[in-house]
Amino acid sequence: MTGFEQLQTRLAELSPKLYPLFSEEFGDAVIGVERSQLIETAEELRALGFDRLGMVTAIDRQEWFTLVYRVASRSLSAAVFLKTRVPREDAHLDSLCGVWPAANWQEREVFDLFGIVFDGHPDLRRILLPEDWVGYPLRKDYEDDRIIRRPDYI
Amino acid sequence: MTLQIESRTPALDDAGHPVEELVLNVGPSHPSTHGVGRMIVHLDGDVVVKVTPVIGYLHRGIEKMAENRTYLQIVPLTDRLDYVGSMYANWAYCRAVERLAGIRVPERAEYLRVIVCELQRIASHMMSIGSSAADTGAFSMFIYTFDVREGVVELFENLCGSRLTYNYVRPGGVSKDVPEGWTDDVLAFTGSLGPRLDELDRLFFGNTITRGRLKGVGVLSPEDAVAWGASGPAVRGSGVNWDLRQHRAYSVYPRMEFDVVVGERGDAYDRARVRLLECYESAKIIEQCIAQMRAGAIMTEGLPRLLAPPVGEAYDHIESARGSLGVYLVSDGSERPYRMKVRSPAFCNLALLPLLAVGHTLPDLVVILGSLDPVFGEVDR
Repeated sequence: MTGFEQLQTRLAELSPKLYPLFSEEFGDAVIGVERSQLIETAEELRALGFDRLGMVTAIDRQEWFTLVYRVASRSLSAAVFLKTRVPREDAHLDSLCGVWPAANWQEREVFDLFGIVFDGHPDLRRILLPEDWVGYPLRKDYEDDRIIRRPDYI
Repeated sequence: MTLQIESRTPALDDAGHPVEELVLNVGPSHPSTHGVGRMIVHLDGDVVVKVTPVIGYLHRGIEKMAENRTYLQIVPLTDRLDYVGSMYANWAYCRAVERLAGIRVPERAEYLRVIVCELQRIASHMMSIGSSAADTGAFSMFIYTFDVREGVVELFENLCGSRLTYNYVRPGGVSKDVPEGWTDDVLAFTGSLGPRLDELDRLFFGNTITRGRLKGVGVLSPEDAVAWGASGPAVRGSGVNWDLRQHRAYSVYPRMEFDVVVGERGDAYDRARVRLLECYESAKIIEQCIAQMRAGAIMTEGLPRLLAPPVGEAYDHIESARGSLGVYLVSDGSERPYRMKVRSPAFCNLALLPLLAVGHTLPDLVVILGSLDPVFGEVDR
């Protein structure tokens, strides 16, 4: 039995709510949710023992942003990726600071570099870039004359 | 950057005089900030009321730069993340690439990776303990710890020609096999390490001033440590047994016998002492690796110079000297990554500073910052 199947079996016993959301993506256990379900899913995961939020990040998929949260549990010795999407024109979703305090700085980083707004975040300010920076550098359409384009030959 | 100072009604002291909060700027270029970090400290007398870390002075946009480079060209960028522990970022990145592209690594290369990373742990912890000591005024300790670190740096120089940015771990293996006599030099180093660490233990951790300055300062409860995403010595100092080398046992770690060092009280003293004791364990791991390592290939055969992993996503992480260092890669099938994210343990641990420092004095704030061991190259990326 792979780690994914083990975790799937455990979740089937522990949480009938999370079980149907569960899938395998590139060998990792992924729970994909709508952004409106994010907080309740996160709370359910936390109640199951997923007490460590390791990473928060985003991927610019042109029409939408994919938000990726990696949460781990010591008691279940397992980790899952919690994923959700937000549309590009309406880039905001609920903050998970209330569920895992570790989200605080990492959500600020996503806000800083992608311009995704986290509703209910206690201190949503830029973190890596200066406060007067214009634009969000990790968006694919970001333009800046300081970016040096490498030639296509390698 | 504008500094916003909140206006509030001043509190009154016992005699009815208004007591004003003092707002003090520390850094970004200040010896106690261990790099280019800045803190805005609100003080009531000598007691810290609030700390706001201001970071980003070393932000080079490495994640953005990576989107414009081939997979092999990114390895030197990862050297510049944690510049006192370059081997870790090399390895974490290469593991993510190997997962993404489905590359198997020869066994000898895995052993070499573990050896260099454990040597790196000794060097990095020595840097941390030495600078913590310098923060408390014990500058002579800095010389002792740097003497130990110099031994590691010389070994690395003989191995790959570089003292700081190694570019040694590459996707598929490592860049060079060991030069002749190198493993004997490593064994001579680890053999002499025990007595030198004992001496440091006696000089620093047995010192009355050190105990006075570090014990009970910046206490982090195990619950907070986990909830705030701390990792490495910051979480183990609080007594939480969490070490990826044992709990996720990657590479050849399952074959190694070693103990995970945990503290008890979660104060600055325990965090520093965990680092010292981990050096003994690292020496044990290195000796086991050298005993088990057999001759063989150090790089996967037939790897194209221009890697183009299939469309997909991969995350992998390792236990660096600062904690769980992860790299998340997204490939769109081209020879350049679509997105690279570095999960930096130094960044996540530094987020604890506002929590730990409140109620301590300003000199203790410096000790607490040092005990979290931030490396700003990795915090800011």
